[in-house]
Amino acid sequence: MDKVRLQREAAFIRSSLLDQGYLDEQFIQLEELQDNDNPNFVEEVVTLFYTDSARLIYNIDQALLSNPTDFTKLDDYMHQFKGSCSSIGAKKVKNECNGFGEYCEVQNYDGCFRTFQQIKQEYITLKKKLETYFQLLKEAAQIK
Amino acid sequence: MGMAAAAATESQQFHVLAVDDSLIDRKLIERLLRTSSYQVTTVDSGTKALEFLGLRENDDGTPNTPSISPNNHQEVEVNMVITDYCMPGMTGYDLLKKIKESSSLRNIPVVIMSSENVPSRISRCLEEGAEEFFLKPVRLSDLNRLKPHIMKRSKLKDQDQKQVIPEKIDTLLEVQKQHQPQEEAQPQVQPNLEQQQQQQSLQQNNNNNNNSSNKRKSMEQSLSPETTDRTRPRYSGIATVV
Repeated sequence: MDKVRLQREAAFIRSSLLDQGYLDEQFIQLEELQDNDNPNFVEEVVTLFYTDSARLIYNIDQALLSNPTDFTKLDDYMHQFKGSCSSIGAKKVKNECNGFGEYCEVQNYDGCFRTFQQIKQEYITLKKKLETYFQLLKEAAQIK
Repeated sequence: MGMAAAAATESQQFHVLAVDDSLIDRKLIERLLRTSSYQVTTVDSGTKALEFLGLRENDDGTPNTPSISPNNHQEVEVNMVITDYCMPGMTGYDLLKKIKESSSLRNIPVVIMSSENVPSRISRCLEEGAEEFFLKPVRLSDLNRLKPHIMKRSKLKDQDQKQVIPEKIDTLLEVQKQHQPQEEAQPQVQPNLEQQQQQQSLQQNNNNNNNSSNKRKSMEQSLSPETTDRTRPRYSGIATVV
Protein backbone atom coordinates (compact mmCIF):
# COMPACT_ATOMS: atom_id res chain seq x y z
CA MET A 1 0.00 0.00 0.00
CA ASP A 2 1.20 3.48 -0.92
CA LYS A 3 2.28 5.63 2.05
CA VAL A 4 0.55 8.76 0.83
CA ARG A 5 -2.62 6.86 0.08
CA LEU A 6 -2.68 5.40 3.58
CA GLN A 7 -2.17 8.83 5.07
CA ARG A 8 -4.95 10.22 2.94
CA GLU A 9 -7.31 7.52 4.05
CA ALA A 10 -6.43 8.20 7.67
CA ALA A 11 -6.97 11.92 7.16
CA PHE A 12 -10.34 11.21 5.59
CA ILE A 13 -11.49 9.17 8.57
CA ARG A 14 -10.29 11.90 10.88
CA SER A 15 -12.17 14.63 8.98
CA SER A 16 -15.38 12.69 8.89
CA LEU A 17 -15.17 11.90 12.59
CA LEU A 18 -14.84 15.61 13.24
CA ASP A 19 -17.46 16.67 10.67
CA GLN A 20 -20.01 14.14 11.84
CA GLY A 21 -19.58 15.16 15.45
CA TYR A 22 -18.07 11.93 16.69
CA LEU A 23 -15.07 13.93 17.79
CA ASP A 24 -14.72 17.54 18.83
CA GLU A 25 -12.14 20.23 19.55
CA GLN A 26 -10.73 18.29 22.51
CA PHE A 27 -9.39 15.62 20.15
CA ILE A 28 -7.51 18.34 18.31
CA GLN A 29 -6.13 19.56 21.64
CA LEU A 30 -4.75 16.08 22.22
CA GLU A 31 -3.12 16.14 18.80
CA GLU A 32 -1.51 19.45 19.67
CA LEU A 33 0.04 17.89 22.76
CA GLN A 34 1.73 15.28 20.61
CA ASP A 35 5.28 16.01 19.55
CA ASN A 36 8.56 14.29 18.77
CA ASP A 37 9.15 13.51 22.43
CA ASN A 38 5.63 12.12 22.77
CA PRO A 39 4.92 10.79 19.27
CA ASN A 40 2.12 8.42 20.28
CA PHE A 41 0.38 10.55 22.83
CA VAL A 42 -3.03 10.59 21.15
CA GLU A 43 -3.08 6.87 20.58
CA GLU A 44 -1.96 6.25 24.17
CA VAL A 45 -4.77 8.38 25.55
CA VAL A 46 -7.33 6.76 23.26
CA THR A 47 -6.12 3.30 24.30
CA LEU A 48 -6.60 4.28 27.94
CA PHE A 49 -10.06 5.41 26.95
CA TYR A 50 -10.90 1.97 25.54
CA THR A 51 -9.72 0.23 28.72
CA ASP A 52 -11.49 2.64 31.01
CA SER A 53 -14.68 2.49 28.96
CA ALA A 54 -14.68 -1.30 28.85
CA ARG A 55 -14.54 -1.35 32.64
CA LEU A 56 -17.27 1.24 33.07
CA ILE A 57 -19.55 -0.30 30.45
CA TYR A 58 -19.21 -3.65 32.17
CA ASN A 59 -20.03 -2.06 35.53
CA ILE A 60 -23.08 -0.32 34.12
CA ASP A 61 -24.29 -3.50 32.45
CA GLN A 62 -23.93 -5.33 35.74
CA ALA A 63 -25.67 -2.59 37.65
CA LEU A 64 -28.55 -2.70 35.17
CA LEU A 65 -28.87 -6.42 35.82
CA SER A 66 -28.98 -6.01 39.58
CA ASN A 67 -32.26 -5.99 41.42
CA PRO A 68 -33.15 -3.59 42.95
CA THR A 69 -31.50 -1.04 40.66
CA ASP A 70 -28.94 1.15 42.36
CA PHE A 71 -29.46 4.41 40.49
CA THR A 72 -26.80 6.21 42.50
CA LYS A 73 -24.21 3.71 41.39
CA LEU A 74 -25.44 3.91 37.81
CA ASP A 75 -25.21 7.66 37.88
CA ASP A 76 -21.73 7.49 39.34
CA TYR A 77 -20.42 5.09 36.69
CA MET A 78 -22.02 7.15 33.96
CA HIS A 79 -20.47 10.31 35.38
CA GLN A 80 -17.05 8.67 35.13
CA PHE A 81 -17.73 7.43 31.62
CA LYS A 82 -18.91 10.84 30.52
CA GLY A 83 -15.76 12.37 31.96
CA SER A 84 -13.58 10.02 29.94
CA CYS A 85 -15.52 10.78 26.76
CA SER A 86 -15.10 14.45 27.39
CA SER A 87 -11.37 14.11 27.94
CA ILE A 88 -10.73 12.59 24.54
CA GLY A 89 -13.32 14.63 22.68
CA ALA A 90 -15.82 11.81 22.10
CA LYS A 91 -18.65 14.26 21.57
CA LYS A 92 -21.40 12.06 20.21
CA VAL A 93 -21.05 9.38 22.86
CA LYS A 94 -20.87 12.01 25.57
CA ASN A 95 -24.08 13.62 24.39
CA GLU A 96 -25.91 10.30 24.49
CA CYS A 97 -24.87 10.06 28.14
CA ASN A 98 -26.89 13.15 29.05
CA GLY A 99 -30.11 11.32 28.33
CA PHE A 100 -29.03 8.50 30.59
CA GLY A 101 -28.40 10.91 33.45
CA GLU A 102 -31.87 12.33 33.14
CA TYR A 103 -33.49 8.91 33.32
CA CYS A 104 -31.34 8.05 36.31
CA GLU A 105 -32.51 11.10 38.13
CA VAL A 106 -36.15 10.11 37.82
CA GLN A 107 -35.26 6.47 38.40
CA ASN A 108 -36.67 5.38 35.07
CA TYR A 109 -35.12 1.96 34.53
CA ASP A 110 -36.42 1.39 31.01
CA GLY A 111 -35.18 4.79 29.91
CA CYS A 112 -31.77 4.03 31.38
CA PHE A 113 -31.62 0.62 29.78
CA ARG A 114 -32.67 1.77 26.31
CA THR A 115 -30.39 4.79 26.34
CA PHE A 116 -27.48 2.68 27.41
CA GLN A 117 -27.89 0.34 24.43
CA GLN A 118 -27.67 3.42 22.21
CA ILE A 119 -24.59 4.64 24.07
CA LYS A 120 -22.91 1.30 23.59
CA GLN A 121 -23.69 1.40 19.87
CA GLU A 122 -22.21 4.85 19.45
CA TYR A 123 -19.18 3.85 21.48
CA ILE A 124 -18.56 0.75 19.37
CA THR A 125 -18.88 2.79 16.16
CA LEU A 126 -16.40 5.35 17.40
CA LYS A 127 -13.99 2.74 18.63
CA LYS A 128 -13.98 0.92 15.30
CA LYS A 129 -13.32 4.10 13.34
CA LEU A 130 -10.55 5.20 15.67
CA GLU A 131 -8.93 1.79 15.53
CA THR A 132 -8.94 1.91 11.75
CA TYR A 133 -7.56 5.44 11.83
CA PHE A 134 -4.61 4.58 14.05
CA GLN A 135 -3.98 1.38 12.16
CA LEU A 136 -3.70 3.29 8.89
CA LEU A 137 -1.34 5.80 10.47
CA LYS A 138 0.78 2.99 11.81
CA GLU A 139 0.96 1.27 8.42
CA ALA A 140 1.84 4.53 6.72
CA ALA A 141 4.58 5.19 9.26
CA GLN A 142 6.14 1.81 8.56
CA ILE A 143 6.58 2.62 4.86
CA LYS A 144 9.77 4.54 4.08
CA MET B 1 12.85 34.70 22.64
CA GLY B 2 15.19 35.30 25.56
CA MET B 3 12.32 36.11 27.90
CA ALA B 4 10.40 33.02 26.92
CA ALA B 5 13.45 30.88 27.56
CA ALA B 6 13.90 32.54 30.94
CA ALA B 7 10.26 31.92 31.76
CA ALA B 8 10.59 28.29 30.75
CA THR B 9 13.65 27.86 32.96
CA GLU B 10 11.76 29.44 35.85
CA SER B 11 8.82 27.05 35.43
CA GLN B 12 11.13 24.10 35.37
CA GLN B 13 11.87 24.76 39.01
CA PHE B 14 8.21 24.43 39.90
CA HIS B 15 6.77 21.16 40.99
CA VAL B 16 3.06 20.54 40.63
CA LEU B 17 1.18 17.77 42.37
CA ALA B 18 -1.80 16.64 40.27
CA VAL B 19 -4.60 14.67 41.90
CA ASP B 20 -7.27 12.84 39.91
CA ASP B 21 -8.92 9.44 40.22
CA SER B 22 -9.29 9.16 36.43
CA LEU B 23 -6.32 7.56 34.70
CA ILE B 24 -7.02 9.38 31.45
CA ASP B 25 -7.24 12.73 33.17
CA ARG B 26 -4.01 12.09 35.07
CA LYS B 27 -2.26 11.37 31.81
CA LEU B 28 -3.73 14.49 30.27
CA ILE B 29 -2.92 16.85 33.10
CA GLU B 30 0.58 15.44 33.33
CA ARG B 31 1.18 16.09 29.65
CA LEU B 32 -0.32 19.58 29.87
CA LEU B 33 1.85 20.46 32.85
CA ARG B 34 5.03 19.05 31.34
CA THR B 35 4.34 20.93 28.12
CA SER B 36 4.16 24.04 30.28
CA SER B 37 7.58 23.12 31.72
CA TYR B 38 6.48 22.11 35.19
CA GLN B 39 7.76 19.09 37.06
CA VAL B 40 4.80 16.84 37.75
CA THR B 41 3.83 14.17 40.21
CA THR B 42 0.41 12.55 39.83
CA VAL B 43 -1.55 10.68 42.47
CA ASP B 44 -4.98 9.12 42.28
CA SER B 45 -6.49 10.23 45.58
CA GLY B 46 -6.61 13.01 48.14
CA THR B 47 -5.22 10.69 50.77
CA LYS B 48 -2.17 9.93 48.65
CA ALA B 49 -1.79 13.63 47.92
CA LEU B 50 -1.63 14.41 51.62
CA GLU B 51 0.86 11.61 52.17
CA PHE B 52 3.02 12.98 49.42
CA LEU B 53 2.80 16.43 50.93
CA GLY B 54 4.02 14.99 54.21
CA LEU B 55 0.74 15.37 56.03
CA ARG B 56 -1.11 12.48 57.62
CA GLU B 57 -4.89 12.59 57.17
CA ASN B 58 -5.63 13.30 60.81
CA ASP B 59 -2.90 15.87 61.10
CA ASP B 60 -4.00 19.29 62.26
CA GLY B 61 -0.48 20.67 62.48
CA THR B 62 0.10 19.66 66.11
CA PRO B 63 3.08 17.45 66.98
CA ASN B 64 2.38 13.79 66.43
CA THR B 65 3.89 10.46 67.38
CA PRO B 66 7.18 10.02 65.51
CA SER B 67 6.75 8.85 61.95
CA ILE B 68 9.04 8.51 58.98
CA SER B 69 8.94 12.22 58.21
CA PRO B 70 8.29 15.05 60.65
CA ASN B 71 4.80 16.35 60.07
CA ASN B 72 5.71 20.00 59.89
CA HIS B 73 7.87 19.85 56.80
CA GLN B 74 7.12 18.51 53.35
CA GLU B 75 8.94 15.46 52.15
CA VAL B 76 9.26 16.93 48.68
CA GLU B 77 8.71 20.54 47.80
CA VAL B 78 5.45 21.14 46.00
CA ASN B 79 4.71 24.54 44.52
CA MET B 80 1.13 23.93 43.52
CA VAL B 81 -1.60 21.35 43.85
CA ILE B 82 -4.11 20.84 41.08
CA THR B 83 -6.94 18.52 41.97
CA ASP B 84 -10.12 17.07 40.56
CA TYR B 85 -13.21 17.97 42.53
CA CYS B 86 -15.21 14.72 42.24
CA MET B 87 -13.21 11.89 43.72
CA PRO B 88 -14.32 8.95 45.83
CA GLY B 89 -13.46 9.23 49.53
CA MET B 90 -11.75 12.57 49.91
CA THR B 91 -13.08 15.07 47.40
CA GLY B 92 -10.96 17.86 45.90
CA TYR B 93 -12.76 20.25 48.19
CA ASP B 94 -11.90 18.14 51.25
CA LEU B 95 -8.28 18.08 50.12
CA LEU B 96 -8.30 21.84 49.63
CA LYS B 97 -9.62 22.32 53.14
CA LYS B 98 -7.02 20.06 54.69
CA ILE B 99 -4.24 21.87 52.88
CA LYS B 100 -5.50 25.30 53.91
CA GLU B 101 -6.01 24.17 57.51
CA SER B 102 -2.46 22.88 57.77
CA SER B 103 0.14 25.27 59.11
CA SER B 104 2.80 23.71 56.95
CA LEU B 105 0.86 23.48 53.71
CA ARG B 106 -1.53 26.42 53.65
CA ASN B 107 0.76 28.52 51.47
CA ILE B 108 0.60 26.09 48.60
CA PRO B 109 -1.70 27.38 45.86
CA VAL B 110 -4.48 24.93 45.06
CA VAL B 111 -6.42 24.73 41.81
CA ILE B 112 -9.64 22.77 41.44
CA MET B 113 -10.78 21.02 38.25
CA SER B 114 -14.29 19.81 37.60
CA SER B 115 -16.29 18.42 34.71
CA GLU B 116 -19.38 20.24 36.02
CA ASN B 117 -20.04 23.95 35.91
CA VAL B 118 -21.81 24.45 39.24
CA PRO B 119 -21.53 28.09 40.38
CA SER B 120 -22.11 27.29 44.06
CA ARG B 121 -19.35 24.69 43.89
CA ILE B 122 -17.01 27.18 42.26
CA SER B 123 -17.74 29.85 44.90
CA ARG B 124 -17.28 27.39 47.72
CA CYS B 125 -13.86 26.36 46.42
CA LEU B 126 -12.70 29.91 45.81
CA GLU B 127 -13.90 30.93 49.27
CA GLU B 128 -12.02 28.07 50.82
CA GLY B 129 -8.86 29.43 49.23
CA ALA B 130 -8.56 27.84 45.81
CA GLU B 131 -6.68 30.03 43.38
CA GLU B 132 -8.54 28.98 40.27
CA PHE B 133 -11.30 26.69 39.19
CA PHE B 134 -10.89 24.98 35.81
CA LEU B 135 -13.62 23.27 33.87
CA LYS B 136 -12.62 19.99 32.32
CA PRO B 137 -11.33 19.17 29.86
CA VAL B 138 -8.45 21.41 30.91
CA ARG B 139 -6.58 23.11 28.10
CA LEU B 140 -3.09 24.54 27.74
CA SER B 141 -4.56 28.04 27.77
CA ASP B 142 -5.99 27.35 31.24
CA LEU B 143 -2.55 26.48 32.54
CA ASN B 144 -1.23 29.85 31.40
CA ARG B 145 -3.34 31.32 34.19
CA LEU B 146 -1.37 29.39 36.77
CA LYS B 147 1.91 31.19 36.35
CA PRO B 148 1.05 34.37 38.32
CA HIS B 149 -0.20 32.33 41.28
CA ILE B 150 2.81 30.09 41.47
CA MET B 151 5.24 32.97 40.95
CA LYS B 152 3.63 35.27 43.49
CA ARG B 153 3.49 32.54 46.07
CA SER B 154 7.16 31.70 45.74
CA LYS B 155 8.07 35.39 46.16
CA LEU B 156 5.81 35.77 49.18
CA LYS B 157 7.29 32.70 50.78
CA ASP B 158 10.71 34.30 50.78
CA GLN B 159 9.24 37.55 52.13
CA ASP B 160 7.19 35.99 54.93
CA GLN B 161 10.03 33.98 56.32
CA LYS B 162 11.77 37.25 57.16
CA GLN B 163 8.74 38.81 58.87
CA VAL B 164 8.08 38.96 62.58
CA ILE B 165 4.47 38.00 63.22
CA PRO B 166 2.54 40.99 64.63
CA GLU B 167 -0.91 40.75 66.13
CA LYS B 168 -2.21 44.19 65.41
CA ILE B 169 -4.26 44.71 62.27
CA ASP B 170 -2.69 48.06 61.43
CA THR B 171 0.73 46.46 61.37
CA LEU B 172 -0.76 43.88 59.00
CA LEU B 173 -1.84 46.64 56.65
CA GLU B 174 1.62 48.18 56.82
CA VAL B 175 3.24 44.95 55.75
CA GLN B 176 0.73 44.50 52.94
CA LYS B 177 1.70 47.88 51.57
CA GLN B 178 5.30 46.67 51.54
CA HIS B 179 4.28 43.69 49.42
CA GLN B 180 2.41 45.70 46.86
CA PRO B 181 5.40 46.87 44.81
CA GLN B 182 6.28 43.22 44.12
CA GLU B 183 2.82 42.42 42.85
CA GLU B 184 1.15 43.67 39.70
CA ALA B 185 -0.55 47.00 40.31
CA GLN B 186 -3.85 45.59 41.53
CA PRO B 187 -5.65 47.59 44.20
CA GLN B 188 -6.22 45.66 47.44
CA VAL B 189 -9.95 46.04 47.66
CA GLN B 190 -10.23 43.94 50.83
CA PRO B 191 -12.16 45.90 53.50
CA ASN B 192 -10.78 46.01 57.06
CA LEU B 193 -13.78 44.22 58.58
CA GLU B 194 -12.99 40.92 56.91
CA GLN B 195 -9.42 41.03 58.19
CA GLN B 196 -10.51 41.72 61.76
CA GLN B 197 -12.68 38.65 61.71
CA GLN B 198 -9.67 36.48 61.00
CA GLN B 199 -7.77 35.89 64.22
CA GLN B 200 -4.79 34.26 62.59
CA SER B 201 -1.14 34.90 61.93
CA LEU B 202 0.17 37.44 59.47
CA GLN B 203 1.08 34.70 57.06
CA GLN B 204 -2.44 33.34 56.97
CA ASN B 205 -3.95 36.81 56.61
CA ASN B 206 -1.63 37.76 53.80
CA ASN B 207 -2.40 34.62 51.93
CA ASN B 208 -6.12 34.93 52.48
CA ASN B 209 -6.12 38.52 51.30
CA ASN B 210 -4.05 37.62 48.30
CA ASN B 211 -6.38 34.74 47.66
CA SER B 212 -9.38 37.07 47.67
CA SER B 213 -7.81 39.58 45.35
CA ASN B 214 -6.66 36.75 43.08
CA LYS B 215 -10.15 35.30 43.07
CA ARG B 216 -11.59 38.65 42.18
CA LYS B 217 -8.89 39.11 39.63
CA SER B 218 -9.52 35.77 38.02
CA MET B 219 -13.24 36.43 37.97
CA GLU B 220 -12.73 39.88 36.49
CA GLN B 221 -10.29 38.52 33.96
CA SER B 222 -12.77 35.93 32.90
CA LEU B 223 -15.31 38.60 32.10
CA SER B 224 -12.91 40.71 30.09
CA PRO B 225 -12.91 40.44 26.31
CA GLU B 226 -9.36 39.16 26.08
CA THR B 227 -10.21 35.80 27.62
CA THR B 228 -11.20 32.83 25.51
CA ASP B 229 -14.80 31.97 24.84
CA ARG B 230 -14.44 28.92 26.98
CA THR B 231 -13.77 31.05 30.04
CA ARG B 232 -16.77 33.32 29.64
CA PRO B 233 -19.55 30.80 29.99
CA ARG B 234 -17.67 29.22 32.86
CA TYR B 235 -18.16 32.21 35.10
CA SER B 236 -21.37 33.60 33.74
CA GLY B 237 -23.20 31.66 36.45
CA ILE B 238 -20.95 33.19 39.09
CA ALA B 239 -21.54 36.71 37.80
CA THR B 240 -25.20 36.52 38.74
CA VAL B 241 -24.40 35.10 42.17
CA VAL B 242 -21.87 37.84 42.87
